[in-house]
Amino acid sequence: MDVPVTKRCAVTSRRETEKIEIQLLLEAIFLRYGYDFRQYSKAHIRRRIRRHLELSNMENISAMQHRLLTDYDFFQMLLYDLSINITEMFRNPSFYLVIRKHVVPVLATHPFIKIWHAGCATGEELYSMAILLKEEGLFSRLQFYGTDFNDLVLQKAKEGIIPAKAIQEYTRNYQQSGGTHSFSDYYTARYERALLAAELKKKMLFANHNLVVDQVFGEMQMIVCRNVLIYFGKELQDRVIRLFYDSLCRGGILCLGSRESLRFSSLHDSFKQLVETEQIYQKKY
Amino acid sequence: MAQHHTPHPQKTHYQAIAMGVSFGGLHSLQTILPKLPATFPVPIMAVQHHDPNGDDFLARHLNSLCAVRVKVAEEKETATAGTVYLAPANYHLLVEDDHTLSLSSDEKVNFSRPSIDVLFESCADVYGESLIGVILTGANSDGSKGMQMIKEVGGLSVVQDPQTAEAATMPESAIAATEIDHILPLTEIAAFLLTIVNPAAKNTSKTNTSCDTL
Ligand SMILES: C[S@@+](CC[C@H](N)C(=O)[O-])C[C@H]1O[C@@H](n2cnc3c(N)ncnc32)[C@H](O)[C@@H]1O
Repeated sequence: MDVPVTKRCAVTSRRETEKIEIQLLLEAIFLRYGYDFRQYSKAHIRRRIRRHLELSNMENISAMQHRLLTDYDFFQMLLYDLSINITEMFRNPSFYLVIRKHVVPVLATHPFIKIWHAGCATGEELYSMAILLKEEGLFSRLQFYGTDFNDLVLQKAKEGIIPAKAIQEYTRNYQQSGGTHSFSDYYTARYERALLAAELKKKMLFANHNLVVDQVFGEMQMIVCRNVLIYFGKELQDRVIRLFYDSLCRGGILCLGSRESLRFSSLHDSFKQLVETEQIYQKKY
Repeated sequence: MAQHHTPHPQKTHYQAIAMGVSFGGLHSLQTILPKLPATFPVPIMAVQHHDPNGDDFLARHLNSLCAVRVKVAEEKETATAGTVYLAPANYHLLVEDDHTLSLSSDEKVNFSRPSIDVLFESCADVYGESLIGVILTGANSDGSKGMQMIKEVGGLSVVQDPQTAEAATMPESAIAATEIDHILPLTEIAAFLLTIVNPAAKNTSKTNTSCDTL
C-alpha cells in the first residue's frame, strides 16, 4: 500500500520547487508593484496561489511570475485572489450587540467621532456600523474612513450595493445585533440588487491604504480591523497593531475579528479588553 | 516492499494527526478522544463541520471528558503534543511550516467552512509522510481530496469503517478517492492511533525509508 520511495522523493522535490517559486513570485510582485505579501501567512498564500494557478491555465508558478511582470491586468486578478474580500453585513451579530451596549457609551463622550475600518473590503462593515450608530443617536457626529489595498473592492464599497439574495441573511443578522428598526428602512431593492441608503454614504470616505507599507493618517476614536490580521505573519501583525495604537486617541477603541487577539502583540499591555467575549479593546489612558 | 521492513523503534515516525468528521461527529469524537492519554505524543488537528453560529461548547465538552487537552484552535499558537485543536466555526484551519496554526475566512470549500480538504492539504504540505489522516463519519465528501493529497506525500490514511459510521458517505467517498491504509471500526481507532504513534511500539504499518537513506 505504500507510495513507492522514488515517487515520494519526487513529491518532496516538487514541493521544494514550489516553495522557491512562491518566494520568487512574491518578490517579483513587491519589486514590480510594491505590494508586499512576503510576511503573510505562508499556508494561506500557498493555497491562494495554487488556486489561481489552477484557474489560470498556466503551466507553473514561474510562468505566472513572468506574466504578471509584464501584464498589469493579470496582476490585478492575482491580487484579487490573494486578498480575501469576503464580508457581510452585521457579521457576527454578537459583536454588534456588544458595540451597542458597551462601546456606544464610550463613543458618546466624544464631540466628534472618527472611525477607521481597515481592510474594509466591499464596505458592508461600515454600512452596518453606520446603521447601528444612527439608531443610537450618534449619526451627526460621525465620520467613517474605509480603507483597503484593493481598488476593485473600494469601488464597490462606494457604490453601496448588496446582492438581493443576501438580504434575508442580513436582516436576520441585523435583528440579532439588536437592531431597533426594520432593516428594510436602509435599502431600496432593485431586481437582483439592493441599494443601501444614500444618507449612510454621506458619512463615508473610501481610500486605498496598504497596512504593510502605509502610515497613520489621522487620530481616530475607533478602529475596526476584522479578519485581516489572521492573514499576516507575527511580525507584520505587530507592525499593524502599532500603527493602530499610534492612530488611536487615548481611550480609543480597537475592534478585531472574533478569532483574532492581541495575545501575541508587544503592545498587549497598552490596551485593555473591554468585554471578555469579544475582541474589543480600549487604548489605555 | 519486504526489503524496507526495518522498524525504527527509537523514534516515532509520525508528527501529527489530521482528523475530519461531520454528521454524527460528536459520538465518534467522544468514542475516540477520551481513550488517548495526556502524554499522547503528537498534536491532533480536527475539523468538525458544525453550526456556523455554534459556540465553543463542543471543545469544552470534549475537554471535560478527555485526558488530552481539547481546545478551539487559536491563530498563531503552536501545535503541541497531547492537544486536540478544533477548527473554529466559520474559519478554515491551516498549519504553517513552523507548526503554528492559521485561520482563514476564505470562501467555503465543499460548502463547508471549516473544510476538511483545506486542513488536510496544508497538513500534507507541512508534515508530509509524518502525517496520519483520519476520516470519520459524515454525510458529504469533504476530506476525500485532502486524503488523496496526504497519500501523495506518503502519509498514512485511516478511515472509519463506513458500517460503523452514523453517515457512511464521507468514509465511503474517501475510500473511493484514494488508497486507504487502514479501514477500522470506530471502537478500534483510538487503540490503533496509540500503537502507531507510540515510539516504543513496532512500526508495522509502513516503512520508514526516506530519501536520504537511498
Ligand atoms: C476577509 S476581508 C475582511 C472584510 C471585513 N473587515 C470583515 O471582517 O467582514 C479582508 C480584507 O483585507 C484586505 N487586506 C489584505 N491585506 C491588506 C493590506 N495589506 N492592507 C489593506 N488591506 C488589506 C483585503 O483586500 C480584504 O478586503
